[in-house]
Amino acid sequence: MDKPLPEPTPVTKPFWDGLSEHKVKIQYSPSADRYIFYPRVLAPGTLADDLEWREVSGEGTLYTFTVADRPTAPPWADALPQFLAIVELDEGPRLSSELVGAAPDALRVGMRVKPVFEDHPDEGVTLLKFTPA
Amino acid sequence: MGLRGEAAIVGIAELPPVRKPTGPARFTIEQYALLAKAALDDAGLTADAVDGLVSHGIAESDMFAPATLSEYLGIPVNYGEVVDLGGATSAGMIWRAAAAIELGLCDVVLAVVPGNYNLPVSQTRPPREFGYFGASSNKYGSPQAEFEIPYGNLGQNAPYAQIARRYAAEFGYDPRALAKIAAEQRTNACATPDAVFYGQPITIDDVLASPMVADPLHKLEIVMPCQGGAAVVIASQDAARRTKNRPVWVKGFGERVTFKTPTYAADLLRSPISAAADNAFAMAGIDRGSIDTASIYDCYTITVLMSLEDAGFCEKGKGIEFVNSRDLTFRGDFPLNTAGGQLSFGQAGMAGGMHHVCDGTRQVMGRAGDAQVRDCNTAFVSGNGGIMSEQVALVLQGD
Repeated sequence: MDKPLPEPTPVTKPFWDGLSEHKVKIQYSPSADRYIFYPRVLAPGTLADDLEWREVSGEGTLYTFTVADRPTAPPWADALPQFLAIVELDEGPRLSSELVGAAPDALRVGMRVKPVFEDHPDEGVTLLKFTPA
Repeated sequence: MGLRGEAAIVGIAELPPVRKPTGPARFTIEQYALLAKAALDDAGLTADAVDGLVSHGIAESDMFAPATLSEYLGIPVNYGEVVDLGGATSAGMIWRAAAAIELGLCDVVLAVVPGNYNLPVSQTRPPREFGYFGASSNKYGSPQAEFEIPYGNLGQNAPYAQIARRYAAEFGYDPRALAKIAAEQRTNACATPDAVFYGQPITIDDVLASPMVADPLHKLEIVMPCQGGAAVVIASQDAARRTKNRPVWVKGFGERVTFKTPTYAADLLRSPISAAADNAFAMAGIDRGSIDTASIYDCYTITVLMSLEDAGFCEKGKGIEFVNSRDLTFRGDFPLNTAGGQLSFGQAGMAGGMHHVCDGTRQVMGRAGDAQVRDCNTAFVSGNGGIMSEQVALVLQGD
């Protein structure tokens, strides 16, 4: 079974376009002085209409994770274990992702991680995954 | 501000959860009728007394649930609504019903949650597709479709395991304390004949020996889906005087809804029940030390541990110490989930949340049988929807 892939929307497209160029671009609200994720039409919390796109390093820390020996859904049945992670970017926002190139016993909450760009050329989309830095 | 404590739970009906459906397949609309009748019978009230209806929606119809149910039951209402708070739906229904009564809108409100997923199958229409997305939406434009599902962040086991993992990093972890919650709730289930695990005691070691599903969560720390259903009747003071049971007054409530996916929690380890419980106790004018029994939403053992802390029964980060130093059985010094909780009584789908309302109510009514807590007058009930993302607290009390 094929894994489901994201379908960018008019508002989120710059994020996915950035990933295709192997860059991490997220939104920033000057009035709130805050980076946000995921992309939105207005800044969450303030609803300020001042979101702008900024490129960030994509580096961050492992906020938490789990190693799943049972698939979270059928498309992952042949891709076990799943390294399901929440990453906190250095700029603040957290995002859901998967860890690649990681040994389960070496993972620690708070460890440094860096981005890995997983291209899906047939579908024209790139996923943002992470690996220990 | 808030409730004056002048609306009471006066009747309950909770089907004993079963692992596989028994009896004829029933549409949810039919389950609404059967559960409503059972709860009204329990209260000693007739259908014509009802003038409010709180539902979770019906599988046979995507829209217009209150009107459809009102028509099917033949009960016109002054207040009809759908509550959509996942596992906090049931507790959320109770305070909405109580508020409608105290506002003078209603005299008697039904809160019904079907929990039997064995629905009749059409001979002509294609079968209903459930897919594997569960509580996540894979529709175009859904944040989950775009930012969660492609990374396999689906279902509940992984996110709850992520919470437990973060908890361990911040506060330390004792797998035996988490397992003790499951084992002691099982002791309670073994005193509750309706529980799905009645007659099957387990030990802490049994829990730790069960398969690891999502590290650090073991199989016996994770709720098992069942079939069932529950309904509750909430009534005004006047109507409550006409009923058969000891009225269980809704003295206080709180509700807090914060996010859908825990990745976006402001702080993954400070759950919304904190604000909800503070509001509930303040509204009730009752302190936490006066609680005789707590029925805490227990989809996972980590949910219970965090809820004990965040609802203020112990200091943040001291939940493991609290669990290890207390007897959580119905005979103990902190009676918790006295019918076994959803982990051991059974989680009948969406009706699992109503189990905690029924558990607290049975105790205050004095109807908990062998699992009855002595002199039980005041109960705390929690509801938890999503992944500790939308939570409701109730304080219930008898006269």
